Parts: sequence; C-alpha cells; structure tokens
Amino acid sequence: MDPYALKTLNAERRARRAAILVTDLGDGRDRVVREGDRVAGELGAAIAKAFRTGNSGSVEAEGRTFFLNAHLPQPRLVVIGAVHISQALAPMARIAGYPVEIIDPRTAFATPDRFPDIALHAEWPEDVLTRQPLDSYTALAALTHDPKIDDFALKAALDAGCFYVGALGSRKTHTKRVERLLASGATADQIARIHAPIGLDIGAASPAEIAVAVLAQAIHAFRSRGLESKGAVA
Amino acid sequence: MERSIYLDEARDPLIIAEGWMKDGKDVAIATVVETWGSAPRPVGSHLVIDAEGNFHGSVSGGCVEGAVVTEAVDVIDSGTAKMLEFGVADETAWQVGLSCGGRIKVYVERLG
Repeated sequence: MDPYALKTLNAERRARRAAILVTDLGDGRDRVVREGDRVAGELGAAIAKAFRTGNSGSVEAEGRTFFLNAHLPQPRLVVIGAVHISQALAPMARIAGYPVEIIDPRTAFATPDRFPDIALHAEWPEDVLTRQPLDSYTALAALTHDPKIDDFALKAALDAGCFYVGALGSRKTHTKRVERLLASGATADQIARIHAPIGLDIGAASPAEIAVAVLAQAIHAFRSRGLESKGAVA
Repeated sequence: MERSIYLDEARDPLIIAEGWMKDGKDVAIATVVETWGSAPRPVGSHLVIDAEGNFHGSVSGGCVEGAVVTEAVDVIDSGTAKMLEFGVADETAWQVGLSCGGRIKVYVERLG
C-alpha cells in the first residue's frame, strides 16, 4: 500500500467522508477515490455501486482485477427534541443500525431517566452541531415543532447535505417554517428536500407508530440516495 | 494529528498502521478480499503487522491470524505482495484452517 494512500484514506475516514481504496491486485498499485470523483468505464460503474452499497469486493475491469475497499461512514440519526416520539425512535433506530443522538435544550425533556443509554445533549442545537457538525451520512429528524429549537438544526442539516431531513408538524406549521427558512437564506431546492409532514404515510397515529414511519423514511432515503445529484461518477 | 470523534482510533488497524509508519516501523497490511461460506470477518477487514510480528485487527475469528503474521513478516522483507487462501480446517491443516467451514482469500502487502 502506498503510504500516501493510507494517509489520505485515514484523513477521509476521520472526517466521516466516504472513500474507496482501489487496489490493482496484479501490480499492487493503489489509490483513494473520494465520493464524487469521476472515474470512467467499468471501474467507475463498480466504484459508484460500492459507494451506494458500502460493499467491498473484487471487480474485473479493463482486463485487470481490482479490489475495492469501501470505507463509508456509519450512518447515524440526530433527533432534535427529547419528546415522546423520540423515546420510541431512539431504540428502534439503534436496533436498525443507526446510532442516535438526541438534542433538546429543555432539561425537563432531556433527562437520562426518559432516555436510558441514549446519547443525549441537554443543550441548544447551535452548540452541539458546532462541536459535532452534521454531514451527508447523518439523518436529521426535527421533532419539537418549536421554531426556536428546530429551525437552526434544519438549516444546518440542509447545508450539510444530510441524507435525510424530516420535520414534524402539520402542513400549516410547515408553510410557516418554509417562510422562515427562506428568510434565513435556504434555497427552494433545499427546502424541497425536507420531509414534512414527517414519516412515510402508513397512517401512523401513536408516537411509536410515528417513530416507525420516520425511521422507515430515513432508511429509504439512505438506501436510495443517488450520487448523481452530486455530479458524480459515470 | 487531530483525533477523530468518529473512529475508535486505539483499535482501528489502518490508524494504527499509519502510526507505526510515522514511528519508522516496517508494516504489512493484510486485507480479506474474498470470502465463501461462513467466513467470520467480512470482505475488506484488515490485520496490520509490524516486522516484529506485532499485530492489530483481524481477518478471521483468530483461526488464521498466526499464519498471516508469519507470511506478513516475509512480505515486509521481500516487498512482494502475496495472496493467501485459507479453507476448511481438517486434521492435517488444523493450524491454518477455518473451523467455521468457510474459505477466505487474504491479500498481504507491504506499506510503502
């Protein structure tokens, strides 16, 4: 392995950015391909697939055998609001393989008693998200429907390219939210990425059912996320 | 070097390999490139080895690491990468077999 390739790969992994180490198993030469880098032909198609699935494996292309080692950041879920839905959503998401963090500055809501064994921040989203920025392998569900708490996080999620952005609230609530986000500089394209009302339409009524709808929608967004939108990969 | 809050750096084989390299050690990296059947570690898993035979990570459930380490020390000496294949354990090959019944292919290369 090329020492430079190892350094580059580790830097990408530390920054929670997806990268693939491509090794020619014939001559041992390797290089790091970042998500969005343009690679032509059969190899490019295989790389695009590896970014999408996260699966590593060998591929025959251009008469050579390459090993693609896909290093994708673990997808995670950030929930704004230590509310009743979150109490169901957090354990469900964790079981599904999406580690969860909950942010809510209201200390009466964000208590370890209500959220045992869950990473919980009884702080403003502004503070937590500055320390631990969102990224394209993070889903964000805003569940307080309080503009003071949700709005900053929603704008941050859109700017960071979170693979899923959902916001709880009625259509009327969302209309007002859209006006505020536009005023704060969000584009119409960004706002179109917000899932609101939140959750797949499964007729969910109870907090736990809404949690299922939200989790299913986030999983669907992750598994169907296209690289094309980032101008990538042939 | 800035530490990441997202990686378990103390146990991450590729981070350890980079650290060894910075300390001036000779390093080999072994990677599972193919599996058949019930292989214990998925394709892409790493074992990293230094010239003294110290290692971190895994390419199996502990079944073939010893053999990989031995080969890795050769690879560090020669600089030539090797493709190793391990199959089902039998009585004659118990030392380097996979008791789970799977088969794996491991690519061993020198760093640098």
